[in-house]
Amino acid sequence: MMRKCWAITKKNMKIYYLKGPVLIFGILFPTFLFLAFAIGRNVPPENLAPGLIGMALFFTASATTPAILPFETRTRTLERLLAAPLPLSVLVAADVLSAFMFGLFLSAVPLLLSFAFLGVAVVHPGAITGAVLLSALCFAVMGTLLSSPPTDNPSSIMTLSNLVRLPLIFVSGVFVPVSQMPQWGQWLSRFSPLTYTTELIRSAIGQEAQVGQWWCVLVLIGFTLAFWCVSLRLHSRNMSRRLCL
Amino acid sequence: MQATIGVEDLTMRYGNHLAVDHISFDVFAGEIFGFLGPNGAGKTSTQRMLTGVLPPTDGTARVLDHDMARAPVPAKEHIGVVPEVANPYMEMSGWQNMLLAGELYGLPSRRLRERTELLLTEFQLWDRMHDPAKRYSKGMRQRLILAMALIHEPDVLFLDEPTAGLDVESRRLIHDKVTELPKRGVAVFYTTHNIEEANVLCNRVAIICRGRLVALDTPEALKATFGGSQSVVVAFNRHVEAQDLARLDRVTHVAQEGDKLRIYTPSPGAVVMQVVDFARRANMEITSLNTLGPSLEEVFVSLSSGQRPAQNGE
Repeated sequence: MMRKCWAITKKNMKIYYLKGPVLIFGILFPTFLFLAFAIGRNVPPENLAPGLIGMALFFTASATTPAILPFETRTRTLERLLAAPLPLSVLVAADVLSAFMFGLFLSAVPLLLSFAFLGVAVVHPGAITGAVLLSALCFAVMGTLLSSPPTDNPSSIMTLSNLVRLPLIFVSGVFVPVSQMPQWGQWLSRFSPLTYTTELIRSAIGQEAQVGQWWCVLVLIGFTLAFWCVSLRLHSRNMSRRLCL
Repeated sequence: MQATIGVEDLTMRYGNHLAVDHISFDVFAGEIFGFLGPNGAGKTSTQRMLTGVLPPTDGTARVLDHDMARAPVPAKEHIGVVPEVANPYMEMSGWQNMLLAGELYGLPSRRLRERTELLLTEFQLWDRMHDPAKRYSKGMRQRLILAMALIHEPDVLFLDEPTAGLDVESRRLIHDKVTELPKRGVAVFYTTHNIEEANVLCNRVAIICRGRLVALDTPEALKATFGGSQSVVVAFNRHVEAQDLARLDRVTHVAQEGDKLRIYTPSPGAVVMQVVDFARRANMEITSLNTLGPSLEEVFVSLSSGQRPAQNGE
């Protein structure tokens, strides 16, 4: 089953990494959003790094999966995949894997930028590794969940996806650390998986974090599992409607 | 004899719409089973349930003794599918599409390459195998899709309208390949609304209409059962009004078909004699004369319009 999963992942990488919506909402959009926040403000680089890395992971890892199923539906390639000898979970896992790798590759840029040019020092290498791997996986699965509505129009899913993603970046300690947010913001931040990414990165580079490292890890795992289960259930339920589009 | 495909009371409901209504039939190894019906009759829904793509609302579909609703994956290993509206991945080449298909069926690398080379050659795609599929014609894409469905040498092949809108060359090639398969013991489930295609290719034909199976038999047996319309087709060297021939004995009605007249009758032999007499009396020449049996198209039309089977000569 691993080989079949990898075959679909390779196909996704070949076809979907360079699709317009993936490049726009996965790379350009977060880059300009970050620049709009950072340029002209006197923010110390080490304060920028957690938000920069967290946002890069969030947008890149959750950008690919929302595009795949609507494109497969539109281009009429989905039915043959569904007729192949693999369970739906493997098909979804392959989409997650390609999104996870997209997130990892592209997040390497702000990571290296932070460590090489912004002078950010890693105090806990295990924590930064865990933060990157777990967060990329969590956001990739979240992207799969966002792609569950049965449509053959990628822009509909991208719109929905941004409706969910944009508010989250403002309550997740990306631009302002959670500890400096108002009470209502701190309360809301608990429900965003991105909060636990930025907090984990913050503590990995030796900054004060509101949430403990292990708690961050556990919550990210919890979000990933919850997104996975709900996503599988919704995809399973919506697949017949998707084929009838 | 164990059925390769066994269908019992298979039902598919989309909300309030009953797309497939308790249909039952068997398909055996080494036969081409035609599944015929007008658009919206429930053909594609049936094929999707048989290939494990959609779960049935009710009833069972068994392929190679595997229940397609409960355990579809083991059966899918032995199934090849050409869906109704299917495309290869346009950004990928023919070669890459074949490799993807083979990897999805778990073929070992060496075997996969051998099969890919063989099939691309057989389907006349070898010269263009490195071109992206988006540069292929519709016929080439459909040939590629059939080649992908055959990559793992399936025991059962499902095809949904595989030749719709294709050029003659591609259609013939696909027909040739499909007719070879039963010789190797493959069961072919051939969904089509092209009656002539079903007539020529299929050992047995099931006709589905508004979700219900209305007939199942060999094409010839179906024609015989519904054969109320034997006819004589005649052309003269001069124009003749249809009503002049309608006056002949034992003629049910006459229809103009281009420069010919088609005379429907339960007794073609007797009508031929009268037509010859008619031409002699009117001092005309008969330029062509054929007697025709009932066509599968007539069976299909009569069933689609909800008519009961007519007896021969009725």
